[in-house]
Amino acid sequence: FEWSDLEPVPQDDGPNPVVKIAYSEKFTDVFDYFRALLKNDEKSERAFTLTAEAIELNAANYTVWHYRRVLLQALEKDLRQEMRYITAIIEEQPKNYQVWHHRRMVVEWLSDPSEELEFIADILSQDAKNYHAWQHRQWVIQEYKLWDSELEFVERLLEEDVRNNSAWNQRHFVISHTTGYSDPAILDREVQYCLCQIRKAPHNESVWNYLKGILQDRGLSSHPGLLERVLELKETQCSPYLLAFLVDSYEDALETNNTRATLNQAQEVCALLAQVKDTIRREYWLFLGRSLESKYGPTAAPQSDAASSDAADQQELS
Amino acid sequence: QGTQIKDVVIKDDAPNALILDKHADYIAAYGSKKDDYEYTVSEYLRMSGIYWGLTVMDLMSQLPRMNCEEITEFIKSCQHECGGISASIGHDPHLLYTLSAVQILSLYDNVQALDVDKVVEYIKALQQEDGSFAGDKWGEIDTRFSFCAVATLALLGKLDAIDVDKAVEFVLSCMNFDGGFGCRPGSESHAGQIYCCTGFLSLTGQLHRLNADLLGWWLCERQLPSGGLNGRPEKLPDVCYSWWVLASLKIIGRIHWIDKAKLRAFILACQDEETGGFADRPGDMVSPCGTAVRPSRVSRCCDLQLQRNVNQSPANSGRRHNFKQPPQLSRKFEQSVASSLTDVDQLPSALLRVYVQAILAFM
Repeated sequence: FEWSDLEPVPQDDGPNPVVKIAYSEKFTDVFDYFRALLKNDEKSERAFTLTAEAIELNAANYTVWHYRRVLLQALEKDLRQEMRYITAIIEEQPKNYQVWHHRRMVVEWLSDPSEELEFIADILSQDAKNYHAWQHRQWVIQEYKLWDSELEFVERLLEEDVRNNSAWNQRHFVISHTTGYSDPAILDREVQYCLCQIRKAPHNESVWNYLKGILQDRGLSSHPGLLERVLELKETQCSPYLLAFLVDSYEDALETNNTRATLNQAQEVCALLAQVKDTIRREYWLFLGRSLESKYGPTAAPQSDAASSDAADQQELS
Repeated sequence: QGTQIKDVVIKDDAPNALILDKHADYIAAYGSKKDDYEYTVSEYLRMSGIYWGLTVMDLMSQLPRMNCEEITEFIKSCQHECGGISASIGHDPHLLYTLSAVQILSLYDNVQALDVDKVVEYIKALQQEDGSFAGDKWGEIDTRFSFCAVATLALLGKLDAIDVDKAVEFVLSCMNFDGGFGCRPGSESHAGQIYCCTGFLSLTGQLHRLNADLLGWWLCERQLPSGGLNGRPEKLPDVCYSWWVLASLKIIGRIHWIDKAKLRAFILACQDEETGGFADRPGDMVSPCGTAVRPSRVSRCCDLQLQRNVNQSPANSGRRHNFKQPPQLSRKFEQSVASSLTDVDQLPSALLRVYVQAILAFM
């Protein structure tokens, strides 16, 4: 391209409180010309080419991406080619908001999500917890109703890493938007799935969060046989998460059947966690113990508001 | 089966005292000739960078050293016709940098330097039908932007300009089964997003809509045996998550659920005794070239909002939403938290992480 007609515009930094400037030459060059193009609002092939160079130097610069999209439309560029381009860029820099947002725009313009699930799966194979990738995946699935194979995909990822919190979140996402959890058969299937994963890898925050999450509306203690299973697991595959779940189950049981025996069991587990099993969070476990006592103990007053009555909290608030 | 439990080990010879002078030197020396690439590369978030820099200087009681007039003029030249403010001159307006600009001017008690009405108009126009906010005209939706919108408006005393009820409903729709929040409904709970949502709910007087015990537990679960905090389950600790998590816990009144001593030790161990600055976790390099050299890592940056400005703003008198003040912070933290979230891959990470000195001061 011919550039001699353009007057490059040097960077106007405004105030520079903490730093002095010296740029790498190529960077200066590309961005000075980019600023000139912007200033003239030029919509040309050379401008389009320059955006690619600017992106290569700094893919987080959102103004460059904006400009590229304006040019894509103004020059009526081949969007299929743009898909190939953004695919390559994301492969290089998968943790960047702008690149994913750009891809979404192109997919929308094309109304074609057909490559997305495979592409995202590829990115996830490099980092199975890439937050941007998961957001994009959720958008594609929801927008274009691509639910059918997603549970299978989630299971595959959980086979590879049962502690992948993103995959557990996706499991919840898929089921809530398809079958839901109200069917007892589905709920039981999920509970059994969790128990199976727990047996394989007991020290796993995600599976316990998920189990609690799917049961908490109905009540943790309401699922037949679950408490017994958890107590069994406590003997051989204990973890702080299991114990936390146990306390939550006891608390749920106390809601409908307040007995001193159950309260004592809950208190014992809280004490175990505070003193031995999860001492880093002792403040929380002590709080929980006090909270249970005040709610279900002999001197419990009727709850006046939903907020907890932790003395330490009161100190915090004053 | 599955991955090993993720955490770091703090070595015996890790730093265990705050080397404030080194950090001050680091900032002062930052950007000397060799390393300006990072500054250049971060032009697209300059407005936020300035805000973070000013806040650090303010925390070190050195704000008067900064050139208020120059900064103010810079900000004015970044306000576009639509009312929105860009990260730097020649960049496009965005909600993130609109917030940063208003935060800076709030620091200087001079928001009138901007066309405030147009800022409000810009923000109002970004609210969607479902109550959510786009970051700019290109329509990316994220709870970060809900936060940016209300934080900016609160600082300007114009929270009523938007449909607060709808905004609240959208944020609540992003509450997950674990009590946390993601960027959109269904998105995985993440400490950075949780910070934005709890901040949002605090500003709109809706903290009671949270389950503080459930969320507080999820947040204190971020603390690993090393004492450091991660951003979501089964991820490595990162000193900047200490901030997101701690700030969120503070907002919901559960900060005592974190083991203070262990976190303190972790943060101090992240310091680089030679160059000053902090690494994201003990043992990593504090590179003067910053994260431009490091492999990509998604993280968030946080900075301090001026709660004092919010408190003094006209918005607090006759407020429709008569919210309870978030818990009082110690002197250093009378500025509570707000954020311009961006991808720290492009940021001068060590510079920004000097913020953690503020955490230590608090602790």
